[in-house]
Amino acid sequence: MDKLISDLKSQIVTQLNLQDIKPEDIGDDQPLFVEGLGLDSIDALELIVLLQQQYKIKLSNADEGPKVFRTVRTMAEYITAHQAQNS
Amino acid sequence: MSTNTYINADCVITGNRIYKNGRPVFDDQAAAAPDFLVSAYRHFDLQYPKFYKMDHTSRLGWLANELLLQEGFQKEKYRPEEVGIVLSNSNSSLDTDIRYYETVQSIPSPALFVYTLPNIVIGEISICHGFKGENAFFVSEQFDTGFIEQYVNGLVNNNILQACICGWVEWLGNDYRAALFLVEKMKTANSVIFTAENLNKIYQIENG
Amino acid sequence: MNEPVFIAGTGIISAIGNNVAACLDALQNSRAGMGPMKYLRSAHQQRLPVAEVKLSNEELAALAGLPAVKSRTALLSLVAAKEALSRSGITDVKAWRTGFISANSVGGMDKTENFFNQFLADNRKGRLRDVINHECGSVTELAADALGIKDYISTISTACSSSANSIFLGARLIKNGILDVVVAGGTDSLTRFTLNGFNTLMIVDEQFCQPFDEHRRGLNLGEGAGYVVLVSDKVAATLPDKPGITLSGYCNANDAYHQTASSPEGTGSYLAMSGALKKSGLQPSDIDYINLHGTGTQNNDIAEGTAIKRLFGPHFPKMSSTKTFTGHTLGASGGIEAVFSVMALEHSIVFPNLRLQTPMKDLPFVPVTEVQQNVEMKHVLSNSFGFGGNCSSLIFSKV
Repeated sequence: MDKLISDLKSQIVTQLNLQDIKPEDIGDDQPLFVEGLGLDSIDALELIVLLQQQYKIKLSNADEGPKVFRTVRTMAEYITAHQAQNS
Repeated sequence: MSTNTYINADCVITGNRIYKNGRPVFDDQAAAAPDFLVSAYRHFDLQYPKFYKMDHTSRLGWLANELLLQEGFQKEKYRPEEVGIVLSNSNSSLDTDIRYYETVQSIPSPALFVYTLPNIVIGEISICHGFKGENAFFVSEQFDTGFIEQYVNGLVNNNILQACICGWVEWLGNDYRAALFLVEKMKTANSVIFTAENLNKIYQIENG
Repeated sequence: MNEPVFIAGTGIISAIGNNVAACLDALQNSRAGMGPMKYLRSAHQQRLPVAEVKLSNEELAALAGLPAVKSRTALLSLVAAKEALSRSGITDVKAWRTGFISANSVGGMDKTENFFNQFLADNRKGRLRDVINHECGSVTELAADALGIKDYISTISTACSSSANSIFLGARLIKNGILDVVVAGGTDSLTRFTLNGFNTLMIVDEQFCQPFDEHRRGLNLGEGAGYVVLVSDKVAATLPDKPGITLSGYCNANDAYHQTASSPEGTGSYLAMSGALKKSGLQPSDIDYINLHGTGTQNNDIAEGTAIKRLFGPHFPKMSSTKTFTGHTLGASGGIEAVFSVMALEHSIVFPNLRLQTPMKDLPFVPVTEVQQNVEMKHVLSNSFGFGGNCSSLIFSKV
């Protein structure tokens, strides 16, 4: 899980062009949207692309977004659960 | 009814060089075109992380506008709906259209798609400064300074706007040019009369 | 400066009809234009309904009198602009200082994306003439040439508010004595580029869209073109039938919130609507019908609705989104909906907001769900809000 969380942080920084932020600056439980990292709705869509590209997980219902992308940890948990399902 | 309006600031970015009010203020000939903008962003110590998320056209327009409004522009004099933006270029959003199209082959990028319209640069500047006045984007082969003069004067003389940021913002491949002008009613020590001729002169600054 | 600008003619082509009469018939009979994709080729063919104009490029070209190798965007433009001119009673555009202001957002993308496939596979393949009219301005010029309009040609590209903006630029040019006649509006054709793009934003409905419904799922994309012929008082007086409708108000504002999303309170929409009312000298209570932007996305409808609630409450005019018929035609929507607004005034008819089942719980009003005939109307407001925060409202009034 720790490895996945740290990978995700780097991937988020790259995917979303967060050039002034270092991956290690993102807290595992820090909210990604609004008051946290300040991501917006387009970033949410890019996170969906990230899941698809890096983890082959397709989030087809945008309504799931807020729950899955709340923090890096919730993303990691979602990925773990879905990878388990797929294997 | 038509009174004089003035260019109270201008900013031109072209050929890896930035001119503010006619003076070169930054130059980085070593950088590749897209990196030049990041280099300038850092040089002027600008703080707007969203800059990194923008496409080339929006970065260029946003950067030119930041430098245009630095020193001199008194935002607090105006209500948000009194400041507007009128821009033009010849290739619309073609640079980003192409880059977006390349992603379609695998997974289309939403972050690129949202920049496949020319007026998004106006949106970015408006968001950054909270400008809510009239805005328009015209696609024309060349910088039609006569049209811009007429159009912007119409807005300002009819009190639809009190201040207007206008000009040209274009990026295609490694070819780019931004020329932004701050047009206001009040005359300052450095004011130039807002005419097509003066727009042309400043637009082609490197030849002048 | 304060002389009225008249609407002397209208022209339209959309998914519900190839001319004004056909569109009116479809609107009166609640016949929507969405369906399975027939002309556009796309990987989403089975999944996403679209509102296509029901003509092939060859059929359109025959109507337009242009070769079918030209962009569909230009063909649609020319068909609708020709109709608008012919209905205006103006027989010779050269008799007046005439302008053509046409908006679009996709340009010749339909041809370009076909070219790209061949070209990417082998860079010696692909016909270059397919890409020479790629840019938005070129589409306008193709149509202007065919119409014989030379005095003033301009292309506005401000996303989904584009053609509303071209209409009010036309009015201004007339009011300022620069032109006498302006054919103003816009066009856009369906392309894979836009369909894929809106699909990545996850705002395309897999069913027929349900604007202003609590359970709305997104928009359907459409295509088409719509134009009005604007004329000065002086020109109006020379026409066989003196026009009875004016463009009395218009305003544009920036929402300054997000590249593609509207602010939750609909600031830009509010400023555009209130500015247009101010320009026309009307009160909110004077508006009889609002042709909503009403795309069917979660974000647009609540933002637009909130702005209407603030500006018009507690007495709301009749309202509907005709995108329930035509889909969202992007750069053409302001032109198409201007034509519908004029039709509403001319025929005293309010068009329904189709498929509305559950009204939005956060809004104190409900759009009209059935056709209403013989409705006495004087003033109609038409909204067009675009990406980049560009928001415009137009007001059409009976003289």
